[in-house]
This record gives sequence, structure tokens and C-alpha cells, in this order.
Amino acid sequence: MNPFSSGTRLRDMIRAIRACKTAAEERAVVRKECAAIRAAVSENDQDYRHRNLAKLMFIHMLGYPTHFGQMECLKLIASAGFPEKRIGYLGLMLLLDERQEVLMLVTNSLKQDLNHGNQYIVGLALCALGNICSAEMARDLAPEVEKLLQSRDQNIRKKAALCSIRIVRKVPDLAENFMGPATTLLKEKHHGVLITGVQLCTELCKASTEALDYLRKHTDSLVRVLKDLMASPYAPEYDISGITDPFLQIRILRLLRMLGQGDADCSDCMNDILAQVAAKTESNKNAGNAILYECVAAIMGIEANSGLRVLAINILGRFLSNRDNNIRYVALNMLMKAVGVDTQAVQRHRTTILECVKDSDASIRKRALELVFLLVNDSNVKPLTKELIEYLEVSDPDFKGDLTAKICSIVEKFSPDKLWYIDQMLKVLSEAGNYVKDEVWHALIVVISNASEFHGYTVRSLYRALQTSGEQDSLVRVAVWCIGEYGEMLLNNVGVLDGKEPMTVTESDAVDVVEMALKRHMTDVTTRAMSLIALLKLSSRFAPCSERIREIINQQKGSLVLELQQRSIEFNSIIQKHQNIKPALVERMPVLDEAAYIGKKASSSSATLSTEKTSHSNSSGVTVSLPNGVTKPPAAPLVDLLDLTPDDVPVSSSSGGDFLQDLLGIGSSPNSSLPGVSQAPPTGGADILLDLLSIGTPSPVSALNTVPTSQDNMSSVSPLEALSTLPSPVSSAQVSQPSMLGSVKGTIDQSKQPAGVAPVMDLLDGLSSNPLSLDESNPLYPSIIAYQSNTLKIAFSFSKQPGKPQITLIQATFTNLSSNVYTDFVFQAAVPKFIQLHLDPASSNVLPANGNGSITQSLSLNNSHHGQKALAMRLRINYKVNNESKKEDGQINNFPSDPRCLCMLTFFN
Amino acid sequence: MGIRFVLLVNKQGQTRLAQYYEHLTIQERRALEGEIVRKCLTRTENQCSFVEHRNYKVVYRRYASLFFLVGVDNDENELAILEFIHLLVETMDRHFGNVCELDIMFHLEKAHFMLEEMVMNGYIVETSKSNILTPIQLLDKAS
Repeated sequence: MNPFSSGTRLRDMIRAIRACKTAAEERAVVRKECAAIRAAVSENDQDYRHRNLAKLMFIHMLGYPTHFGQMECLKLIASAGFPEKRIGYLGLMLLLDERQEVLMLVTNSLKQDLNHGNQYIVGLALCALGNICSAEMARDLAPEVEKLLQSRDQNIRKKAALCSIRIVRKVPDLAENFMGPATTLLKEKHHGVLITGVQLCTELCKASTEALDYLRKHTDSLVRVLKDLMASPYAPEYDISGITDPFLQIRILRLLRMLGQGDADCSDCMNDILAQVAAKTESNKNAGNAILYECVAAIMGIEANSGLRVLAINILGRFLSNRDNNIRYVALNMLMKAVGVDTQAVQRHRTTILECVKDSDASIRKRALELVFLLVNDSNVKPLTKELIEYLEVSDPDFKGDLTAKICSIVEKFSPDKLWYIDQMLKVLSEAGNYVKDEVWHALIVVISNASEFHGYTVRSLYRALQTSGEQDSLVRVAVWCIGEYGEMLLNNVGVLDGKEPMTVTESDAVDVVEMALKRHMTDVTTRAMSLIALLKLSSRFAPCSERIREIINQQKGSLVLELQQRSIEFNSIIQKHQNIKPALVERMPVLDEAAYIGKKASSSSATLSTEKTSHSNSSGVTVSLPNGVTKPPAAPLVDLLDLTPDDVPVSSSSGGDFLQDLLGIGSSPNSSLPGVSQAPPTGGADILLDLLSIGTPSPVSALNTVPTSQDNMSSVSPLEALSTLPSPVSSAQVSQPSMLGSVKGTIDQSKQPAGVAPVMDLLDGLSSNPLSLDESNPLYPSIIAYQSNTLKIAFSFSKQPGKPQITLIQATFTNLSSNVYTDFVFQAAVPKFIQLHLDPASSNVLPANGNGSITQSLSLNNSHHGQKALAMRLRINYKVNNESKKEDGQINNFPSDPRCLCMLTFFN
Repeated sequence: MGIRFVLLVNKQGQTRLAQYYEHLTIQERRALEGEIVRKCLTRTENQCSFVEHRNYKVVYRRYASLFFLVGVDNDENELAILEFIHLLVETMDRHFGNVCELDIMFHLEKAHFMLEEMVMNGYIVETSKSNILTPIQLLDKAS
């Protein structure tokens, strides 16, 4: 005998493992044993094979790899003795799975054993096959199993039935072979055969509708079996607390549910028996309750009559008031299914269910909360939300996440009015603001922004909430945002609602609150960034506090977070140096577009991706064309992306709204006499621009960084963001040549140089091919291709007269793309009523072929709704080719839009 | 498939018997056992016996220092599984005579034989204790 393989006895190994104090010791013991077993395997030791396998099973249970024992299983199965076979099959089921190729080797042994004379050996083979067979094996051995379904021995029949389930699962087309034998099993007396037969039938019904129809014809025999079971005298072998074989009853009920589903006739057959089960089963023991539970499930599943449903709902009601938590759990579980069948009946138990939300048991709470969520409707949303929010105060921290998510979605879905919505959300934020997802408070800000009548009320409520719940991040964010926007309403009790106490808040109180939010050590970057913007806004609203605010902002200039540092420095210089433009800069945000936000939310994933792409391309190239670094070209694609046509953007009509245009106006024509700039000395104008730009470009790195952060932040509420996000290394290079600030031409020339970036060339395509006199023009807007067909291209370039933002001057350039000369060329344009159009005579009425020349024509548009409505225009072009009249029509919707659209968009990013 | 796995663990969370009816790698099994044992063993007496874990439920029942954990599909009848656990324990009791942790440890293969007679591929085969035990007793007699 081999000294290594003899090793220890199984018992000794288990003792050794039990005696281990640490995991390391256990590993050592296992390693030693495994080494011995491997040695025995390679020696092909026969005497201790089954003992080694038993050890391996124990080691496997402990969670160690045992693959090297797989072949040993096969050898044991092939041996003649029953004990060896027994342990071999057990090892096969434990250590192997259907994915292993070794398994194929066992097919032959299995086939032999399935045909063995000894029923126990056949049983073993069936069991192994039923537990681990693969599709291939199922195909190979299905005929044997079918034969065994009719075996004389009932123990073999029951195992063959379960084995068939596995075969049908692996190879569904074999299902029809088993339909006949399966139904004969239902006529058996032996419970083991019955329960396996019923399960086989259930599985067949799942696999094929054919089988389902076939089995529906046998509903009667199933009903009879169940009836006999109910009426059977005491059967000690199957009795569980006075009920005969509850397992079998439950399986039959389950099959009945499947048969009755969507089939009225079949449901009729079982109505009586279900009523009988529901009425007669004792409910004082678990076994009885298990049957009742299954019975209710069956009644809910089939096309039951209303009386039966009432009975079922009553049982659930009884379950729900049961003291046993298990019973309450299943009741809640079943009521979820019942909601679809009979909502009214479930509503009656609402108070009890609500109590279950507050249970100490996490499983019950979870079920109850999901059920409550299904029960909410327009009429009960207020009391239910009140209850849930009250409970939020005392609930476990690990439950708060689920609970707030559900409350928020209830409130969003069912809120009857805005005031209620705002109130509830404020309560949730004050209680569990840290558990709230970002979308929730984003949505809240959009709603607040739209509810102009409640601005004063909201900002005061938030101020009050902040005093008590300053540690809830999302509450702080919303509060800080609102105080920044509507700070002045905090002071003078604007819009006090009936029955609400007015409150006295001083300017410095409001600043205090924001300062606290900024400086609290727990506050995260987003909140801090939002606080900085709020402070900037307040500095203009609360003039007396301006100096103090500047100091607070200044303190952040040493922040380690680049985003904060940058904001701090920028804002500081705005407060210090640019008093003249500040009020316009920190204007209140235009009302946020709710529809767009909702649309955005729906398609958020894709939109975020593509916006990022667009903004990336901004910073790399397109901005180059604009000396002042304002990205207007991308505004249009962004707008499209979010389905915000310029018309949809609500724009405040105040004069200051045009600050960016004004700002730019300063840069391009320092001598202009804009009211906002008149105080500034002529040279100061250029200065301002330089400053602004240099703020924006502390370093190329920061320029790149700011793009993603400000998008994440949502805090880019300030129009300033538009400035801070844009600077790119290239634009700063241009700024260093202030000489060209006044002239677009310079810029274009610049961009034509090799250094110029390709996209710019494309963008200005129309311009570069046609030398234009743009000296007079203002570089506010990029040129567009207004119209293009196979034969004709029209490019528009824009300019504005200083001080008259409503008037847009357009230089149209027509280019012939065909190879024929156009004669009698006439361009016509039509505009909406609110715009006045003036057309100057064209430079010529003959357009040379192949783009060898062009016609230019000036247009001037006077938009009487400037700032509210965007420009739009229809075109018609008539000309003659070889004396044949031609006509082309077009429409222009892509006029470069107002810069304020940008701010809106950055907010949504 | 109704039953996904049957686990037996002691109070310390050590696995004493494990039978899976779906394939899991050793790493997955260790992780799963760790997770659900932690979840179930921390629950108090008066909390319900059902724990939702990932996409299935664990029905568990405690007998002295042993926990019987059965993983089932979500639509399975939880109360019936509870009853099934009790049947398993009674069967073991009948064979070992007041079964304890050591009985199962030292007769792991017998515990498996019993389970094998009761559950196959996740379905219940037999609910009569004497029918379950007959083959095992025969085997005992033979050896």
C-alpha cells in the first residue's frame, strides 16, 4: 500500500479541519490533504478511491478547487459495487457541471445504469442525469428516460419525471414526446409520482402552448386529485400538522393557476375546488397558510368569478393583520399582484400597508413601500405623501435612500399643484437631502424657476430650512441657487402667501447663509461653486454688502480646487473692475424651459455625450474665428440637440439682457457710444476685453478642465460661465495681438494662415472664396450658408450698427455652382410681420458660371421684437439659364442666435 | 426551477452543507455564501424569514446553532419552502436522532443522499420521510 495515499481517515481530516484556529491553518491542512489525494490519483490507487472522493467533497464544500478529482468520480461510477457507485454519482453531481467536457465521458456509464436491473442504481443514474445533464446528453438519453417513465417501480417513475424536466429544459423540441406520459402520471396514487408529474406538466406548459392546450383537457383529473387530497383521511406519512401533503396541494394549485390563466372555461372547472380550498384550509399553522397563499395566487391568476376574488382578498386582509411577520410578508407580496386585478379592494387596506412601511423588518418595509407606490393616485397622494415624509424623519439610514427615491417619484408624478410640489420637495430635502439624486433637485430648480408667483415664498422657506438642515447637501444647493436668484425677495417679504408669517431678514443675514454654505467643511465642490455664483449675484443685488462679498469671494482664490480658484479670481475682478457691466452680467436667469428639461431628462444619456463632443470642438477650433472668444456657432447645434429652437427659449426682455452683445460691442468698436459703456474711457474698452479674456485663460489646462466640470456642476447658471468655459489656448494667442481686435478681416486672415484650424476654414468658406469688404462689419455673428442647392449657393454675413441691436445688416453673396451663366438674376426675400426688410440693389444681375465671380446684395432687417423672437426669412431666387426661367425657394432658420441661449444650455449641461 | 440552492451554516457562518442546483464557480459560491450569511445571520428572531438578495429570495430557518438557507426564485411559495426546510430537518432527525452540526459534518455524504432523495434539479421529489430514508438505510445495512 502506498504510504502517501493511505493518508488519514475522512473522520480524522474533518477533525483536523475543525481544530484549525485560523483560516491559514485550515488552508495548510487542506493543502496537505489535496497533495495526498493528488498522489493517490496519479498512483491510480483503488482501495481508497471512494474515501478520497468523500474528502474532496468536504474540501469542495469549504470552497477549495477540486477539479483533479473529477476523473475519480467517473472511475467510481464505472465500478460495479453499489457503495462505490453511490459516492461516485454524488461526487459527479457536486464536483462537475454540464460545462465540463469530462461529462461526456460519463454518458455511456449512465446509459448502462439506466438499463440496470437494480432500481436503486437506475435511481442514481436518473438523479445524476436530472441534475447535471447537458443538451447533448439529454438528446442521447431521452429515449431511456421516456421508457423509465412507464417503469413498474414508482421510485423510478418519479425520478424519471423530474429528469424529463431537465431534458425538456435543455431541448425544448423534445417536449411533445413527454406530453402523453406526463398526463398519465397525474392518474397515479403515489404522492411522489404525483408531485413530480405535476411539476413536469407545469414545466411542459411553460415550454410549449401546445402542451398547455393539451393539459387543459385534463383539468378535471387535477381537480379530482386535489379534492381527494382535501378529503383524505389521516395519512401519517404525508401529514403535516393535520394537512395531507401540503407540498402536493401547492404544486397542483400552481399548475391549476397556469391552466386557468386566460382560459375562462378551464377557470370555471376549478372555481369550486378553489373556493373549497380557500374556505376549508386551516389557517392556524404554517402549512395551511402556505396552501391558502398559493390558493389566493391561483384565484388572482385565473379568470375567477368576483365572489372568489372577494374571498381571496379577504384572506389577504386576514394575512395582513396577522402578527406573524412571515404571513404579513407574503400578504404584501400577493397584494402587489392583486393591485392589477382589483385596486379598490387593495386600497381598503391602505392604512395597514402604510403601517408596514414603518415595520422594523427590512424585508417587510421594502415590500410595503413598493405596494404603497402602486397604490398612490391623484386622490390619496396628499395624505400618503404626508405619512411617508413623516416617517422619513425616523427611518433607518439604510432605508432612507429607497424611501426618498419613492417619495420623490410619487411627488413628481402626482403633484396637484406647484406650491404643493415645492413644499413637499423642500420637506424631503430638509429631511434626507443627502439621499436625493441629482435629477431630483435639478427638476426642483426648474419648477421653482417657472413658478414666478412663489419665488418669494420659496426663497424664504429655503432660508428657513437652511437654518435647521444646513447639513443636507442638495437642500443647500437649491437654497443657495434661489438666494442668488431671488435674494432681494428674501428681504422685503415679496409675495407673502396667505397665512404665512412674514419674516425679517437683513442683507447681511442672507450673505451669512451663503457664506456658511461656502465654508462648511463638509460642503462639496459643486455646492461651493454654486455659492460663489450666488455671492456674485448678491453683490449686485445687495450693494451695501458688495465689499464684504468681494472679500468672501477673494478668500477662495487660494482654493486647491481649480474650478473654485478660477471662479474666485474671475468674480473678484468683475466686482472690482467692472461695476459698469456687473448688473447686466448677474441678471436673474431667464425662466428655465420645463418641457426642454423633461425632454432632456428622457434622452439624457445620448444628449450628454453629444453635447460634450460639441463643446469639445468649440474649445479646439471654432472659437478661433471670434476674437473675443464667445462661441456662437455651436449655439445652433446645441439648440438643435436639445430641441430648443430659439423661439422656445423664454428670454427676459430687459435691456441688460444683451450684456454679452454689449460687451462684445465694446471690444470691437471701442469708440462706440453705448449707454452701458459710455463712462468707460475709450481705451478702457479694449482693456476690459483683455481682462476678461485673460481671466478666462489662466492656463491651457484650466481651459480644458473647466469644460467638463462646469457641465457636471449644473452650477453654470451664470452667463459668465459662457466666458469661463470658452477660452482656449488659441484664442489667448490672438488676444496677445490686440491690433486686430477691431477688424474681422484680420481674424480671417489669421485663420487662413497655416496655423488656422480646419473647421474655421469650413465655417468661413463662403467668405474666403469671395473677398469681401467687411471692414465695417461687427464680428458679432459668424457667417452662414443661407441656402445651397446643386446650382446655387447663398452666403450671409452679418453685422450690427452700434447702439441699434434690433437692426441686423446682412451682406448676401450669391455664387453660381453650375457651368451655365445665369442672367436676369433676381433675389427676393420675405420676413415675418415683426421684422422690417430693406433690400438694396444688387451688384449685378448676371452671375458667371462655375463660381467665377459673385453677386452681392445688402439687406437690412429691423426686428421690432428684438430679444424675444428670432429672425427668420424665406427666399426666392429667379434667374434664366439659356433664356429658360428658373426658380428656387428656400427658408432660413439658422440665423445665429442670441448669446443668452448659451447660458441656458450650460445650465442644462 | 424552484430551488436554487440549499445551504447549511452554523452560527459562526461556516458552511456545513452546500448543494447548488445551478452552476457557480468557486469564487462566486464563496462570495454568495458570504453575502447571504451576513444578511441572514444578523436578523433577529421576530423578523420574517425571507430575505431578498439580488434577483432571488432566501428563505431561512434557524434550528439551535444551525441555519438552513434555501435560495428560491422570486415567484416561489415562501411558506412552502419554510415547511420544506422543516421536513428536511425532521428527516435528518429521524435518521440521526436529534441531528446536530457534528452529525452533518461527519456524515456529509448521508446528508447529501437525503437531500438528493428530496430535491432534484431544484424540484421536490418526495415528501414522505420513510420513502426518503429507505435507500439510505439499505446502504447502511449493506456496509
